[in-house]
Amino acid sequence: MNRQAQSAILFVLGAALLHAGLTDLYLRYVKAGLRPLVLAAGVVLIATALATAWYEWRNKPKEREQKEHAHREPLVSWLLVLPLFALILVAPPALGSYSAMRTGTALQQSYGVQKLPASGPLRLSLADYAGRAVYEHGEGLAGRQITITGFVALDHSGAPYLVRMALNCCAADAQPVKIGLTGQIPPVLRPDSWLQVTGTYTAKRTKDTVNGGPIPYLEVTVAKPVASPRDPYDETWNN
Amino acid sequence: MAVTKAPPRTRDTAEDPGEDRHPAPEQEARRLNSPLVLTLLMVLVVLFQGPIRQALGAPVMQSWMTVFVAVLVQALPFLVLGVLLSAAIAVFVPPSFFARALPKNPVLAVPVAGAAGVVLPGCECASVPVAGALVRRGVTPAAALAFLLSAPAINPIVLTATAIAFPRNPEMVVARLVASLLVACAMGWLWLRIGRTDLMKPPARESYEGQGKGAAFWGSVRHDVMHAGGFLVVGAMAAATLKAVVPQTWLRAAAENPVIAVLALAALAVVLSICSEADAFVAASLTQFSLTARLTFLVVGPMIDLKLFAMQTGTFGRAFALRFAPATLVLAIGVSVLTGAVLL
Repeated sequence: MNRQAQSAILFVLGAALLHAGLTDLYLRYVKAGLRPLVLAAGVVLIATALATAWYEWRNKPKEREQKEHAHREPLVSWLLVLPLFALILVAPPALGSYSAMRTGTALQQSYGVQKLPASGPLRLSLADYAGRAVYEHGEGLAGRQITITGFVALDHSGAPYLVRMALNCCAADAQPVKIGLTGQIPPVLRPDSWLQVTGTYTAKRTKDTVNGGPIPYLEVTVAKPVASPRDPYDETWNN
Repeated sequence: MAVTKAPPRTRDTAEDPGEDRHPAPEQEARRLNSPLVLTLLMVLVVLFQGPIRQALGAPVMQSWMTVFVAVLVQALPFLVLGVLLSAAIAVFVPPSFFARALPKNPVLAVPVAGAAGVVLPGCECASVPVAGALVRRGVTPAAALAFLLSAPAINPIVLTATAIAFPRNPEMVVARLVASLLVACAMGWLWLRIGRTDLMKPPARESYEGQGKGAAFWGSVRHDVMHAGGFLVVGAMAAATLKAVVPQTWLRAAAENPVIAVLALAALAVVLSICSEADAFVAASLTQFSLTARLTFLVVGPMIDLKLFAMQTGTFGRAFALRFAPATLVLAIGVSVLTGAVLL
């Protein structure tokens, strides 16, 4: 690969990172906090591309001969075109039900659980509900209307779960937190579609078949489809 | 994936080597090839994006692609940071600085360089190019290797993340720091004793003599991104494959035997290639495993994984990486078990 081609690849790679960072695309792959770094990397890559092109153009006559003998970049550099195609043309979606059902629930006991408001309907994050249901034995949840958002995943038998992937750094370390759905479930559920379910606490539990982790249930009364959130991952572990 | 992957490789092997080694006048025309190939490739992929997308529609492939892109988007900023640092070392820091900063005696320089890893806040992608630049700047390889191994594991960001991930086990942070430093120093000393300079690839790069500092700086950045970036892609592909294909139920079976648990998590750390800033959270979620096994995961991961192995091959040569990586792995497992027995 000669310098012009390298310059082109660096430029497009930088532009792809800038594009991902300036839109919400990057949230499908990494945590929100990485945004400044992604943008800075894009800028540096574009600057490198421009500098390469400029020095190449300026030094042309003088360097020609020297360059003939200089070692070139290895073939492996060509692989850098793969992430370009993947990011620009395909832009794969955030991890969904396929990874969720292959991975065990990552529910963990959290410390310093905040007190819930004493009465009225509750809007909880999925991991918050699951944590309170399993480790606080549903304290303060019984008899209240609870609203939770997540995406649908079905296990081998077709039983529905509501899932949110929790993320610490990038999608490679994303892990699901699952709750089971029971009660008035819509007859047709499409995996990966986002749902906002409203329902009540139930003491029903099951064990994740993958890692034996606890999965609490929610007794559904209403379920309505919603658009996927801006950040598809639950990043509360980062704070 | 086969559709996008095949063209660069086949075209490449056919054309680039000839272009590389036999610069002859009649090949003047062929020199145009790499930009031409790149353009053709892009046009082809754009033309056939419909079928390509369809081929990638299966859930396995989508999840593979997501993890692949995620590893790259996450690692590229740190790679760029490391590459900038490495270029700055190569161009602006005179070799005499390192001669003064490190003890003359290489045996003492190893722990000093290992402890200096504290100052590079980043993950393992940043440390490979920096270590390469240190070697080129005349730092004794043993000390540079100690730095390479310790920097991703013991910097403040990583230790803080570990503390947050293990709120009930603060001793995990101490154990990680101690075990990582021990392995880094031991590998440095081991290199002093049995390492041979001919194993390490001579610093493959154009000399920047006679160029302006700007040209040298950007030349170094370009060179390192193209090299390490290509190998990073290899590592990301391997990590995505294992994440999307290996069933997690295997882990459950492995956790039951203490010896197998340690070995399984060491192997997992190698194949998952998770950024060292995030691995503590993954370790914390592997609740079915013992603390010692999880410590092994945290010590092995930042020192040797598929992505790092590919990058080390690119920077220091295959002969080096093939010997260095297994030695590091064995030592890291041994030290983790010992540290775990004492501290956890």
